[in-house]
Amino acid sequence: MSVLQGGFADGPRDAAHAFRAAMGAMARPGTIHEIAGAVPPAPLSVAAGTLLLMLCDPDTPLYLAGALDRAAVRDWVTFHTGAPFAGPERCAFAVGTWAALGRLQAYPQGSPEYPDRSATLIVEMERLEAAGTMLRGPGIREAAALNLPDTAAMAANAALFPLGLDFFLTAGALVAALPRSTRVGGLSDVRSG
Amino acid sequence: MSDYNFAYLDEQTKRMIRRAILKGLAVPGYQVPFASREMPMPYGWGTGGVQVTAAIMVPEDRLKVIDQGADDTTNAVSIRKFFQRTAGVAVTERTAEATVIQTRHRIPEVPLTGGQILVYQVPIPEPLRFLEPSEIETRRMHALEDYGLMHVKLYEDIARHGAIATSYAYPVKVEGRYVMDPSPIPKFDNPKMEMDAIQLFGAGREQRIYALPPHTRVVSLDFEDFPFEASKADHACALCGAADSYLDEVITDDAGGRMFVCSDTDFCAGRRTGEVAA
Repeated sequence: MSVLQGGFADGPRDAAHAFRAAMGAMARPGTIHEIAGAVPPAPLSVAAGTLLLMLCDPDTPLYLAGALDRAAVRDWVTFHTGAPFAGPERCAFAVGTWAALGRLQAYPQGSPEYPDRSATLIVEMERLEAAGTMLRGPGIREAAALNLPDTAAMAANAALFPLGLDFFLTAGALVAALPRSTRVGGLSDVRSG
Repeated sequence: MSDYNFAYLDEQTKRMIRRAILKGLAVPGYQVPFASREMPMPYGWGTGGVQVTAAIMVPEDRLKVIDQGADDTTNAVSIRKFFQRTAGVAVTERTAEATVIQTRHRIPEVPLTGGQILVYQVPIPEPLRFLEPSEIETRRMHALEDYGLMHVKLYEDIARHGAIATSYAYPVKVEGRYVMDPSPIPKFDNPKMEMDAIQLFGAGREQRIYALPPHTRVVSLDFEDFPFEASKADHACALCGAADSYLDEVITDDAGGRMFVCSDTDFCAGRRTGEVAA
């Protein structure tokens, strides 16, 4: 596949649909949304690739973690978004598997005056399901559940609120999100919906 | 429609606004700076709300725009036409049929649902601005959660007037952390802010975006002995008879004649045709 391929077929409308899915996920932590439009090179998922096309541009340094840091992915991202590449310490977005993304402390956490200046991590998952760790907080009526890659790390991140990282979790053409405002843990093995 | 990019704004601007919205949702009540663009309407006419609406809109949306609750005032008509022309979206005046509602200074009377998004036009997003003019200082106050000054202001209201005299743009605390300006909605609307819909706030001139995810805890500031009260004019609507809706006072002649009518025109019309339950 050429790097020229796999972008949005209809940029403004595809990006608009993708954003509504991403916003729905971020506004309602634990809910799982379909998101599509991009056809990225392997091993990038459709959901992660679509998020990159929709959110990244020359203003947003991007960290490709682990196996994603390969020529096919770099060239595709560069052609379609123009995002510069950076390490974890100064990226705006990072994408990779949980293992590849590494220590969360390595990423910008925001500052007390500007908590928005923190990184957003796109975590590539095997699957997404509304079961596992209990979630509570803004965007959740009472409680929700989601299979998180690492509950303890997410709980530590939430404890930094209003600082901290925000996460998109992606699998195939599905996306869920976990903002720093979500309190995680408490009860395990609950199933929502 | 086709001479504009979908929803007017260029894609890079939309990405910038979308990133700000996502951070705003992740830190409810915190004002995210964004690079507000010049819009083909003056500041003060809802440029912040228009930019937010343009960034979230999809072609399938059905847009409602209200100004002080009314669908048929200049500001609302202009913005509705703007998006009809630049995005080709459907529009409606019915609250229940809208997917996106842009509002100036009101929350509709009919409860919003999970599928809807409410976009507020905000003139001054900083709740502490009239108490502390320096942005550096107010930013530090938010960082340190130093909101004593706001309580002093409310206390001085009580000392002077015997009650908290603030009747609109009544400050709220979001999830026990950030004090937030709910935009100049009447305090009657404050309790409605804990809702099923996503709420987004855009301040164009002041270049700030903030957000409330659904079911976010929003508490109007008050004191134990002077609890918050969602007040309204002590009348029923002269047109539909509603006793529980927010009312506008309308002067009807130059001899002191006046009437009180629902500020939410769709709610009032719906009650008169029987579409909205009494």
